[in-house]
Amino acid sequence: MDLITNLSIGFGVAFTAQNLVYAFVGCLLGTLIGVLPGIGPVATIAMLLPATYALPPVSALIMLAGIYYGAQYGGSTTAILVNLPGESSSVVTVIDGYQMARKGRAGPALAAAGLGSFFAGCVGTLILAAFAPPLTELAFKFGPAEYFSLMILGLIGAVVLASGSLLKAITMILLGLALGLVGTDVNSGVARYSFDIPELTDGIGFIAIAMGVFGYGEIIANLAVPEHEREVFTAKVKGLWPTKEDFRRMTPAVLRGTALGSALGILPGGGALLSAFAAYTIEKRIKLKQGEVPFGKGNIRGVAGPESANNAGAQTSFIPLLTLGIPPNAVMALMVGAMTIHNIQPGPQVMTSNPELFWGLIASMWIGNLMLIVLNLPMIGIWIKLLTIPYKWLFPSIVLFCAVGVYSENNNTFDVWMVAIFGIVGYLFLKLKCEPAPLLLGFILGPMMEENLRRALLLSRGDWSVFVMRPLSAGLLAAAALLLIVVLLPSVKAKREEAFVEE
Amino acid sequence: MRIKSQRDFCSGVLFSAFGVAFAWGATTYNVGTGARMGPGYFPLIVGILIACMGVLITFKALTVETADGEPVGRIAWKPLLFIIGANLVFGVLLGGLPSIGLPSMGLIVAIYALTFIASLAGDSFGWKGVTLLATVLALGSYLAFVVALKLQFQVWPTFIAG
Repeated sequence: MDLITNLSIGFGVAFTAQNLVYAFVGCLLGTLIGVLPGIGPVATIAMLLPATYALPPVSALIMLAGIYYGAQYGGSTTAILVNLPGESSSVVTVIDGYQMARKGRAGPALAAAGLGSFFAGCVGTLILAAFAPPLTELAFKFGPAEYFSLMILGLIGAVVLASGSLLKAITMILLGLALGLVGTDVNSGVARYSFDIPELTDGIGFIAIAMGVFGYGEIIANLAVPEHEREVFTAKVKGLWPTKEDFRRMTPAVLRGTALGSALGILPGGGALLSAFAAYTIEKRIKLKQGEVPFGKGNIRGVAGPESANNAGAQTSFIPLLTLGIPPNAVMALMVGAMTIHNIQPGPQVMTSNPELFWGLIASMWIGNLMLIVLNLPMIGIWIKLLTIPYKWLFPSIVLFCAVGVYSENNNTFDVWMVAIFGIVGYLFLKLKCEPAPLLLGFILGPMMEENLRRALLLSRGDWSVFVMRPLSAGLLAAAALLLIVVLLPSVKAKREEAFVEE
Repeated sequence: MRIKSQRDFCSGVLFSAFGVAFAWGATTYNVGTGARMGPGYFPLIVGILIACMGVLITFKALTVETADGEPVGRIAWKPLLFIIGANLVFGVLLGGLPSIGLPSMGLIVAIYALTFIASLAGDSFGWKGVTLLATVLALGSYLAFVVALKLQFQVWPTFIAG
């Protein structure tokens, strides 16, 4: 069967000693990053992107993918133990996970997160392997109008489930679009917004933005909080394994979470955070059984469900990336950047032009999941120790890595100044509570959107109705509008706030 | 009209300003029509949208009640200046500043400088601890970036390395 042949190509590539090492390193790094609060997979991948230039493309992507999953796993560790989401998709895990830890049940919480994620990861990988080819068929039906509408759907989807103000999130996306337009216009060769600075004619580097906004912004904001108010507790974690009762309760939650995550991950704008949030909301709606702890007070389903969903979502979020070339979230956007750097154009052709890359990546995802469970469960104790590194040693290191990382791209100090500028901007955003993640997504999608808009209008000779006349495009735009309406409805708005304000 | 949400008010004003500036900049390029889009077409649309959203947000900040006025809060000048300063100094030392004739000082010196300045942004500063950290970072960076990844950095100052 095709699937088996393809998977065997994949495993052949992934199981080389070199790639296994890279997968391991990626997972290790990712978990480290996910565990250390304040620096997430976006910033890490941004920082490590320059380091992967020297590697062959498959290995580079394998390592970056490992980092991505590692960060998901690591993030749940800090979320549960320290009430700090190590990265954005652990925000939901914090709610019940931390409560379980306070009751001395950190062990079962961590295990639930780990096992649920592993199961979801395996299922997600299978779906990716099985459905990638059919989805690629679909990709060929996508003309520029469809692409444009799909990107609109993705951007709206990402915003709608952001946790902060909707208006500001949409504006952040638009801001990202604007920043993405800086540089030379592909069509006309005109250098836009470059203010006669030669480095800007290539556009603003996305690493500079990512590191400045996420890295520096976070650090400055963290340092603004006086030391004694930064809570870090590392009580002994005992009794690692969940009870039989726990397993019985967990299993349906894991299954539901996996299904939800797999579905939502495929949609652009979906991915980990969205699935985690949706899974938590669904778990809450299901009636509590006898003797179950209420949600918000340490219910294991509140950990298992979202964790499975977010890992399944992470896996399947590779589908729009690998098959359609559209990044569904900020992390994937960086992967697009990584592929472009290695001269690979992500999109439907990747499957045919670089099959070892495609299937090798899929196989390594499964290996990555396995490695993560090996790393996480027995090594929890070590990870906790990391949380005790005094922040005063941690943050200068992060400042250094951001600066060096961005410099290594072009050996040009201009990039270092850009990180500084975006550091200030990032801090400003944090103070004003404008979420930076939609900005990064808009930044990557901006030039693509413009290109597709231009093509679509060229083909339709300036007729804007082409977006609603073509069925696929109209459907996508309708879905986007629906999403927007759903969130603006007061009842859903209240539920959104409710799910985030748990106590 | 009282400002109900300081944060949103500031955000809205900044967004509007940026949107207007961006849209104005877009008009300096050839805008063109839908069928034949010039370089200024899409930026103009985006700029106008940002300006509109900015106005909306400002309006919301002036009318919708919030629990505590959502203040912007104190600006953390010390961390801000030291972190950004550390970054700028790093860039100057690593790359050199041709305009004032400062040659590149190399990676190691730049790392030490960055670590010291950045650490000043923290709550407590101990010479021994920071020196140790800087040494560890310098060594680690050298091993990781120059030896392991073979990235082309100038490691030592110009007058030593020539």
